[in-house]
Amino acid sequence: MTSRATFAGTRIAEIIGSENLIEDPQQLIRYAVDGKIPGVAARPRTPREVAELVKFAAAENQAIVPIGARTKLGIGMPPARYDLAVDMARLDRVISYDPGDLTLSVEPGISLCGLGSILEEHNQFLPLEMPFFERATVGGTLASGVDSPLRQAYGTPRDFILGMEFVTGEGALAKSGGRVVKNVSGYDLHKLMLGAIGSLGIITGVNFKTFPMPRGTATFIAFFSSIESTAQFNLLVRKSAVRWQSIEILTPEAISLVNVAFSSVLQQSESAGRFSMILRAAGNEAALARAETDLHVLMARNVHESGGNLLRLENNQERRLCAAIREFPSWINTGAAAATLKIACLPSKLVSVFSETTKLAKQHSLEVAHLFRGCGVCYCVLFAKPDGFSNLVACCKELLSAVDLNSSASVPWCPPEAKHELNIWGAPREESSLMQRVKRAFDPQNILAPGRYVGGL
Amino acid sequence: MNRQFIRDLDHLVGKDNVLSEPEDLLLYEYDGSVEVARPQGIVFPRETAHVVGIVELANRYQVPIVGRGAGTGLSGGALARHGGIIVSFARMNRILELDIENQCAVVQPGVVNSELSAAVAHAGLHFAPDPSSQKACTIGGNVAENSGGPHTLAYGVTANHVLGLQVVLPDGRLVRVGGKTLDSIGYDLCGLLVGSEGTLALVTEITVRLTPVPEMIKTLLAIYDCVDSATETVVEITARGITPAACEMLDGWTLCAVEAWVHAGFPLDSAAVLLIEVDGMREAVEEHASQISEICRHCGAREVRVARNAKERELLWKGRKNAFGAVGRLSSTYYVQDGVIPRTKLPETLREIDRIGKEYGFSIGNIFHAGDGNLHPIILFDARNKEQFERAVSAADAIIRFCVKMGGAITGEHGVGMEKDRLMPLLFSEEDMNLMKCIRDAFNPAGLLNPGKIFPTGKGCGEVRIRPMPLSGTASGERSELSSL
Repeated sequence: MTSRATFAGTRIAEIIGSENLIEDPQQLIRYAVDGKIPGVAARPRTPREVAELVKFAAAENQAIVPIGARTKLGIGMPPARYDLAVDMARLDRVISYDPGDLTLSVEPGISLCGLGSILEEHNQFLPLEMPFFERATVGGTLASGVDSPLRQAYGTPRDFILGMEFVTGEGALAKSGGRVVKNVSGYDLHKLMLGAIGSLGIITGVNFKTFPMPRGTATFIAFFSSIESTAQFNLLVRKSAVRWQSIEILTPEAISLVNVAFSSVLQQSESAGRFSMILRAAGNEAALARAETDLHVLMARNVHESGGNLLRLENNQERRLCAAIREFPSWINTGAAAATLKIACLPSKLVSVFSETTKLAKQHSLEVAHLFRGCGVCYCVLFAKPDGFSNLVACCKELLSAVDLNSSASVPWCPPEAKHELNIWGAPREESSLMQRVKRAFDPQNILAPGRYVGGL
Repeated sequence: MNRQFIRDLDHLVGKDNVLSEPEDLLLYEYDGSVEVARPQGIVFPRETAHVVGIVELANRYQVPIVGRGAGTGLSGGALARHGGIIVSFARMNRILELDIENQCAVVQPGVVNSELSAAVAHAGLHFAPDPSSQKACTIGGNVAENSGGPHTLAYGVTANHVLGLQVVLPDGRLVRVGGKTLDSIGYDLCGLLVGSEGTLALVTEITVRLTPVPEMIKTLLAIYDCVDSATETVVEITARGITPAACEMLDGWTLCAVEAWVHAGFPLDSAAVLLIEVDGMREAVEEHASQISEICRHCGAREVRVARNAKERELLWKGRKNAFGAVGRLSSTYYVQDGVIPRTKLPETLREIDRIGKEYGFSIGNIFHAGDGNLHPIILFDARNKEQFERAVSAADAIIRFCVKMGGAITGEHGVGMEKDRLMPLLFSEEDMNLMKCIRDAFNPAGLLNPGKIFPTGKGCGEVRIRPMPLSGTASGERSELSSL
């Protein structure tokens, strides 16, 4: 261990107690980000301790990566520097929960699953049906920018987060927003934290607007013979009177993947070789029955399809399938050379995004599977053959540059080695200088997750 | 003001699009609030290139610039507090694109809120944010203030419906953030800019989400003999897991003012009414409406009426949305406050507002978005009486302080502007505000864009707070178009 690390360890132990300081190289491996291992890791218990840690790091020019449950650390570029891991697991308290006001305030280390149980007691929930649900923390989920099938009805966290507390790169403990459901006091700085993978600040508290649990839900699965008819159907259901909770589209290849990962969750004769649309409705029995009737009517009207079929899933299968879709990124066996692109895709452009990605994948001899969210997001998974790693990287690059600048694409999941040649955030954007200014305002010394974010921030 | 600057503006946008005569400037020295500040010129860009040119000129002459929509704002956001020119977007009012298939639209900032919904009604869509001033206020103004409205309860505020912006930065650069597609790469600058009250950039194009019109709407009017019963109803509806599309409260005082003008059939002898709307699928609406009726009665409503048709519903809403116009008939000057509290604190907060009214010697009316705890107490005062005005401001401050004590906020939808900058420290620490100022300076380093807003300037209240007597013809009913609740 270097003398620098020893000094850091001593000072950090003063802030958080020596029992919460990790210096053992074996233990530090678990904090690796794309193979980079920090000199020390700290496990603070309070926002104030986090602020003290960052102040110290700023004074010593030590680079920090904030860490949650380590489920999504692969999202982002490798850190340019990495001295200190700040493990937020011990900040896992509920600060306040007022079911009558539909507001909840929590620390970031609490797990999505734990949060779900607390809310369930009051017949409420948060639309954070996000991957790695059992283990993932609230802080990591928000910072990584992953999304949920439920965004169809509830939007993304920016739509239901009321305020945040966070520590800036200078160690200031700051907040924005508040704890009421409507509030325009001051700038909404917390929105900047979402998906910023810790490059602007370390989240130490989050205030949510919670939602009453729907009376009941029903999940339907419709099968189509082509992407054209699936896309057409998506446009139709988006216009219907039913307020869909989620609309997800799986290509035949994606169905195979999910069946392998989730022991035949969709193993039905109808699904073989077909495109599936999975729709969830919520409400009372009459509303659910109506949703089913409407779907049948729309199926009959879909000009591209004759005799397509539609099933309403029974409870057990509904639960399993929704969990499988929620866990989408984990369908991909990490052993395989695979990369997942996230491409923003207008509902009307779904077919062309499918065709172009499929065409490029074929040109590079890659297998491809797609999951679309009906509201306009495409996850495209590319698989390389054993010797096809360079093809995988080349295809990702081509796809990123093919995407119109007014749209957006990134590679949230890929092998770390691919990042030697691939900028997972795509080409620089016209607002990149503004982003630099924002970064400087929050983190003037560039010690928070340096180099991991868009444009090398 | 430098005459050469005005001449350069004339040259840039044409003489017809620049105002600088004293009588013209008078019309732009106020908005819907009680604040007053006179600009030195008004310029009406007609296209984005004009805005870029204006900003470049302002930089060259070091003149402050303040964006303005319809001037219906209620916090002095669109006033030239430190002089300079107002950039009115009234003439950049075109809908640039309607993308029905993808349920979005691209508009210029001067498009009037309700005109967008009218333009897409044929496709069964609407623009969900509906401030009470929606027949006059502009979408650009909605973006600057992150405006709410009665239907915020179910549909969210403006920020939830803005997908992208084209903006001119204070240095004259044109930048796009977000767009028709979701989840643009990088920091959520669009989310930051919406609600930044014109202090970070001038918006020249807005991409908004359009929302399907619900297939069924039911509007209920619950009538109460006691204010507490009405507020308890609101708490109970939430507790039962029902989220109405809107849940508005009008107290007895306000009802009398409204009824005398609108004739919506509001009962004159009641202590309060709740105007509750449920919408969505037929099956859900029927059930929720009957559950809500039951809750209202259970909580002590003496009567629950259901609007039988669209005409009856529109009349009820007309009463609600024109309430401030109605109040204007009683007094040409009044002070509308905007505080937020957790909704379970409604009963005690309304009692406190009543007590504050008595303490300061005002009868305070309440008409507000009860469902999300967003209060709008109204205090009538006589603008000629300086002491009375200052007392009204003190009473309003006392209400806001109580809101913050209840765990609430200083503004729910009107913005901080120049009205509440001094109240920011009630919510935010020095560290919080320093960071916000760093962000402001990152966008607006020279401070030429809407200076003197949001952050405390150190000056006490009452610097330019007395509104001059209205010029002839600006009193009473016309105020309804100006108030933006």
